[in-house]
Amino acid sequence: MSTFKPRDWGSHAPYIAPGYKSTILRGPTQAPLAIKSGVSEGTGPRFAPASVRELDFDLTKNGVVNGEPLGERIVVHGRVMDTDGRPQPNILVEIWQANAAGRYVHKVDQHDAPLDPNFRGSGRCFTDDQGNYKFYTIKPGAYPWGNHFNAWRPNHIHISLFGPGFATRLVTQMYFPGDPLLDLDPIFLGTEDAAARERLIAKFSIEATEEGFALGYQFDIVLRGRNGTPMEN
Amino acid sequence: MAYGETPSQTVGPYFAYGLTAGQYAYDFTDIADPTVAGPDAAGEHIRITGTVFDGEGNPVNDAMIEIWQADANGVYSEKPVDVSETGFRGLGRCGTGTDAKLRFWFDTVKPGVVEDAGAPFVNVIVFMRGMLVHAFTRFYFDDEAELNAKDPVLQSVPADRRDTLIAKRVETPTGIEYRIDIHMQGDAETVFFDV
Repeated sequence: MSTFKPRDWGSHAPYIAPGYKSTILRGPTQAPLAIKSGVSEGTGPRFAPASVRELDFDLTKNGVVNGEPLGERIVVHGRVMDTDGRPQPNILVEIWQANAAGRYVHKVDQHDAPLDPNFRGSGRCFTDDQGNYKFYTIKPGAYPWGNHFNAWRPNHIHISLFGPGFATRLVTQMYFPGDPLLDLDPIFLGTEDAAARERLIAKFSIEATEEGFALGYQFDIVLRGRNGTPMEN
Repeated sequence: MAYGETPSQTVGPYFAYGLTAGQYAYDFTDIADPTVAGPDAAGEHIRITGTVFDGEGNPVNDAMIEIWQADANGVYSEKPVDVSETGFRGLGRCGTGTDAKLRFWFDTVKPGVVEDAGAPFVNVIVFMRGMLVHAFTRFYFDDEAELNAKDPVLQSVPADRRDTLIAKRVETPTGIEYRIDIHMQGDAETVFFDV
């Protein structure tokens, strides 16, 4: 086991980002206390192969009841790597998203847009031995939210990864290139560094696009790297 | 550093049908749930419960808590987590939206002391709408005062904030419970760590 490099806080949003109103009462106000990374942070869960079933990576099929889900089929692929460019194999990637109309299956979502009986909107897969992952899904729609007048979330897919250790845990959102809502979205803009924000936007990829079937997007995910020397005992 | 980290973004309010499907009764499987240790796990079986409070003291009904802990011998499991496992898993995940009192809960065993610590504890991550970056904390145990006094991380916390990390043991008709609330802000703001 090795330890992980410190989190690069410059790549992340502050806990309280007032443009995103919910952060005001929910973000910690005191700076997190730095602790020496040890076995508790360097270890993390692995998952049994049975955690991922055959159709879990294909959201165009895993919620089908009586037909195809509506919307634009896409294939989202990319590589999970660390900040040193090392691919991260056998990493569990979980995703969830709204349907093409911008409606989540979640019971709390009250947006007046239709549910799709053939689309649940959640899935998971493992990265392969080169750190690559791939999902088939439907391009999620934009939807309104209550943060401010006429607030709309840009199209996005939620992504959750464990990475190689507890310290590398990451929950993020993947956005789509050219979305005019990005420059208005306080969640996207919560990350203050413009170059870091660009890392949240997938690239359209004609190479990944499947002839006659689905548009391709590439989204690489970068986790914290390891320290060069093994942990001292 | 060749590549920049992918920024964290909020888990949002609608994670349940992807991340905690069984608990919220969605038609999807789970990779983790509130059971950290099944009935066959060795050690003292306990339940850990608590409430997450926002800056106005209101309980949060859409947080997700994850814990990662060592087994009763103080060893982190290298065995893959499997929700059909009836022994020790090590990982737990619970949303705060299904309990009538909006609590999280974990059924587990009390961890042993890991090799580089002085006292037993559970590693915790807090996620919720309104957090663009998740927060790490720990739960220690109030009946381990002697060991707690020797734990380097706990002792590095200012004395007047240490109590925010210590769960209180309660004997209930259904077993041993440790209770600890997470306060995102205020006088009792939980200590979070830069892990």
